[in-house]
Amino acid sequence: MSRAVRLQACPRGPVLVRGADVVVDADGAEHAVTRPVVALCACDRSARKPWCDGTHKAITDDRR
Amino acid sequence: MHLPTPCGPVSSHVIESLSGRGTASAPATAGGGSVLTDRDAQLALWTTYELSFRGFEGVDPSREWDIGLIELRLALESRFEAELRAVTDERVVAGVSRDGDVGDLVLALVQDDDGPHLSSYLRRDATADQMRDYLRERSVQQLKESDPQAFLVPRLQGAAKVALAELQYDEFGAGTPSRLHQDMYARTLAAVGLEPAYGAYVDEVSAISLASANVMSMFALNRRLVAAGVGHFAAFEASSSVPSRRVSAGLDRLGLSAAAEYFDEHVEADAVHEQVAARDICGSVVREDPGLLGEVVFGVICALHLDALSGVELLTRFGAMDTPGTHAAAS
Repeated sequence: MSRAVRLQACPRGPVLVRGADVVVDADGAEHAVTRPVVALCACDRSARKPWCDGTHKAITDDRR
Repeated sequence: MHLPTPCGPVSSHVIESLSGRGTASAPATAGGGSVLTDRDAQLALWTTYELSFRGFEGVDPSREWDIGLIELRLALESRFEAELRAVTDERVVAGVSRDGDVGDLVLALVQDDDGPHLSSYLRRDATADQMRDYLRERSVQQLKESDPQAFLVPRLQGAAKVALAELQYDEFGAGTPSRLHQDMYARTLAAVGLEPAYGAYVDEVSAISLASANVMSMFALNRRLVAAGVGHFAAFEASSSVPSRRVSAGLDRLGLSAAAEYFDEHVEADAVHEQVAARDICGSVVREDPGLLGEVVFGVICALHLDALSGVELLTRFGAMDTPGTHAAAS
């Protein structure tokens, strides 16, 4: 299936990616995309980078 | 699945009727107490709902539309919905009055919720038996994970339908049968020595656990409640990613890592799903009809309320409600 890759930035959250087959992380490692949509960590705090694991919520708490 | 064991007059009426030993007249369903904690009422409701899901061995599938059972179901739903509206009213009004983006609002309502810290207890302190107890109580909803919400799809249109279908595709394995989430939960049960069969623990779980499953069926099977259904679904997804990480860590601590696959999957999956459900499903529903905001928020608060009641119930059973960091549920 070929379709345009679409990025959706979520305020104070991850970047949703649709239509990608592979995500290359900061170290150059390739991660296969196995879901219809994936969430990329945008806060740099995820324990499962490049994927979001919800840790950005704790950061929001810290800033309150 | 076998018919469950009755635990009072209402569930007895339903189950005896389905087993062919029925009495002609239905018992009164308008009890005075809370229906959320009425196991007899919740079991009766659960049993009538299951006629629309997997059914029971030896029961004619056409009983799904038995007029008498439908009437009884409507009477129970009327009590259930009225109680949910009463206990959530204040928080729904407060939620609706907050300005801003619907997706942001849904996620903020979940994040600001000050419920009991069940997942933190499971991560740090739970014994293996307590962990099994938690997994058993959740089994009545997780073994049919996302099944109720599939009934929401034909009731939506446009962008909300597309987003729900995208999310459901992931819940239902994204094209790979071994990734079907409800089956992953069955493997988790088996990995800790519990019975993985659908409905195996219906006779053992609490009224609150049955109510937590029933609320999804009520919202999904009544088209007038579709907006509450998407709100509930979004809150459910948004209160899963971080707790799943804690439960997974708790299973690792207990040497039960083989059971952690389901929770590991949900750390990543629900970090995606919470955004899609809040922004693309709830957001689209309210954009299409701004008058539905209150119903979406009602669904969100229902999910948080039932989750809090369940958390308090389990932590109390574990003797852990005094643990620092745990709080009583907001009433």
